Amino acid sequence: MSTVRAGEPATLEAGEGTAVPPPAPAARRAWLFDAGERYGLLVAWAAVIVLFSILAPGTFPTRANFDTIFGTQAVLLVLTVGLIVPLSVGEYDLSIGGVMGLSTIFVAYLQVQQHWPVVVAVLVALAAGLAIGAVNAFFVVGVGLSSFVTTLGMGTLLTGVGYGLTNSTTIGGISSGFVQVITYQVLGLPTAFFIGLLLTIVAWYVLQHTPLGRHLVFVGEGQEVARLTGLPVAKIRAGSLIACSVLAAGAGVLQAGVVGAADPGGGASYLLPAFAAAFLGATSIRPGRFNAWGAFVAVYFLVTGISGLELMGISGWVQDVFYGGSLVIAVAFARVAARRRNAAA
Amino acid sequence: MAERALRLTGLSKSFAGVRALDGVTFEVDAGEVHALVGGNGSGKSTLVKVLAGYHAPDPGAQLELGGRTVSLPLPPGSSSRLGLSFVHQDLGLIPSLSILENMRVGRYRPGRAGRISWRRERQAVEAALRHFGLDLPVDAHVGMLSPLHRALVAIARAFADAELHGGGVVVLDEPTAYLPTDGVDRLFDAIGVLRQNGTAAVIVTHRLEEVFRVADRTTVLREGRAVGTAPTAELDEGKLIELILGRKLEEYYPAGASAIGDTVLSVRHLDGGSVHDLSFDVHRGEILGLAGLVGMGHTEVPYQIFGAVPARGGTIEVQGHQPVPAGSLTPREANRLGLGLLPADRLGGSGVGGVSLRENVSLPVVARFFQGGRIRRRAEGRYVQGLLREHDVRPPFPESPLAMLSGGNQQKALLAKWLQMRLPVMLLDEPAQGVDIGARKEIFQRLREAAQAGACMVMASSEFDDLAGVCDRVLVFRHGRIVDELAGAGLTEDRLTAACYSSRSAA
Repeated sequence: MSTVRAGEPATLEAGEGTAVPPPAPAARRAWLFDAGERYGLLVAWAAVIVLFSILAPGTFPTRANFDTIFGTQAVLLVLTVGLIVPLSVGEYDLSIGGVMGLSTIFVAYLQVQQHWPVVVAVLVALAAGLAIGAVNAFFVVGVGLSSFVTTLGMGTLLTGVGYGLTNSTTIGGISSGFVQVITYQVLGLPTAFFIGLLLTIVAWYVLQHTPLGRHLVFVGEGQEVARLTGLPVAKIRAGSLIACSVLAAGAGVLQAGVVGAADPGGGASYLLPAFAAAFLGATSIRPGRFNAWGAFVAVYFLVTGISGLELMGISGWVQDVFYGGSLVIAVAFARVAARRRNAAA
Repeated sequence: MAERALRLTGLSKSFAGVRALDGVTFEVDAGEVHALVGGNGSGKSTLVKVLAGYHAPDPGAQLELGGRTVSLPLPPGSSSRLGLSFVHQDLGLIPSLSILENMRVGRYRPGRAGRISWRRERQAVEAALRHFGLDLPVDAHVGMLSPLHRALVAIARAFADAELHGGGVVVLDEPTAYLPTDGVDRLFDAIGVLRQNGTAAVIVTHRLEEVFRVADRTTVLREGRAVGTAPTAELDEGKLIELILGRKLEEYYPAGASAIGDTVLSVRHLDGGSVHDLSFDVHRGEILGLAGLVGMGHTEVPYQIFGAVPARGGTIEVQGHQPVPAGSLTPREANRLGLGLLPADRLGGSGVGGVSLRENVSLPVVARFFQGGRIRRRAEGRYVQGLLREHDVRPPFPESPLAMLSGGNQQKALLAKWLQMRLPVMLLDEPAQGVDIGARKEIFQRLREAAQAGACMVMASSEFDDLAGVCDRVLVFRHGRIVDELAGAGLTEDRLTAACYSSRSAA
């Protein structure tokens, strides 16, 4: 980031400051870099779409593939949007995969095996997310344990509970009415996508446009500064873990609707993609901060890339390679960009 | 003619169109102590960072070390191999490691089979420490040492590095910023040891009296240009200030006291850390100083009153509120009672370096700009810009990250963050630490204005001249208790120094 921004008067009161009018090329370079950093991922996404449309013209730019990309991956979007909340305040939540998996299982188990009304099953699943988030918050904020270790344990525990509840088998046959609601097409896209979009907008609004969002940033970037300014740091940290857990449970509910079944191992496989998308998203739109639209673009960039590779015939292993690689590259890129910003300071 | 240890010519450095250094020439002779002084944003830190390989200079700069031309930019980490070593403000020591490990890490001389001979390493370190009159157990953790000993260990390490390369240059960046008055003498003795061994020392400092005590020659930077280099003996304080500011400094400390009113803050039987059974009152319009040598507890008091570090007991009463137990006070409650705290740790406790000035300064009042369902950023930016101009923060760009400003300007901005709230009580710890002379004046002026507007200030400091110049009344601490109180005509720097060092009322 430079001191001089487009439209900013660049001169200081004569005599005292050290500023001179910026040479135009330097300012333009800084602006270009800024724009490149902000929208680079969006451009990369477009490039991936063009690339695969050329490489796989028969299968990639098709309606079916479009539906897969936007429809099924709303789950990952909701999970990622939830995850950026604790990441913003500097806390990890590695239990989101477990929460999501268990939530899907709750919906299936209560509705299919216990014959509860689906609405009640969904509410129970969300309440479970709330309770798990509260337990995480108790250990992390109340007792003072590391969120990394606490949520790592919690996630594994929940995955185990899921296997126990399902006897390690997939529970199918979730109410077709529920499945229809979640996959109902509006403007050619399923409800699930619009739920994800809506949550992205909510997260964007809260993080970017409210005092609470500002407070989250300070708790994340300088917890001691936040505390000494009188912000309710403990409440903010606890609240962010709870919000994340509720959203993860919401992702699990969506998963139940999108797939129509609960697979006990399903949640865990979403953990890494969500982290990859969150960190990749933090390198764009608002570089340097975890942000909702960055996460949105990152989710669809990753999913588009994977679906393209799979349509090229490279499937199975490619997901792990792509997500894992993206996470490392995203973190490395963020680091380099941050260093560049600091060097300018 | 003395041999030249370092010669830097044609040094310029721009950041996005802003010239931080402009054609600077800087020369240091072997075995001399050379002071590098200048106001905030004069380019001192940039120059040091170029030498440390942290910044690449603009093309055209040339560097000679010990007569050899060295190509710029220096790769980071290469400077010590060239005989250029640094003692940065934060000393660069790892608190959780021992003295031995800190002194030798990266410098081990492995013997046969790559094994480190700890006996030999230990002897080398002991010898290096003795050089500076230090008799410390080399296995002691650096985190357990006093600030003075830590500084001396860092200097011993830098010296050992420089010596390894035959003389060399040791750059000390604000080495006394965190030292008590009595520690400064020891540090200067250590610099004397460097000089005797033919090692040159460059000392970057804001404290002019130190320049006169220790430097053979002085170079002044102003607005990125070297405005003069002279033997220190040819300078006096007035001349030096004029060179630094480019104008005469009329009144350093703000004139005129404020009308002292009724009691605003009452502290009763406060106990915690090294503070024992402390009771005092502060009145409307008053600037109260808390003085003492380092470690006497006075700098802990602002944090305890604010609930930032837990107290063991006692009560805090702010006018118009019930007394509250200090033991359970949190910063959030303290803030509600009308207290504000400006901590000494600027980028650790006061503001976030990577976040914009706008967001840092408006943090306590951001809710004011939340209108019609969103934060009005434009209004917020205009407001902060006005505040920055009012507090003479340079450059007053709300979107710059806080860390981009020099220390003094950071402090002015962070003071603005609190003063904008017009709280009845402001607690401050070392508000002018590591701040240049022009910014100091500005900061003290603001404090006095706030006091005249009816606030009361409680300011902990170990800088006796500032306390004497700014405060209406000063409490002198020794071992966590008040041993003396100076006010009015009795409040002078000399008396304050005497009171702090005196043992007559020692506990």
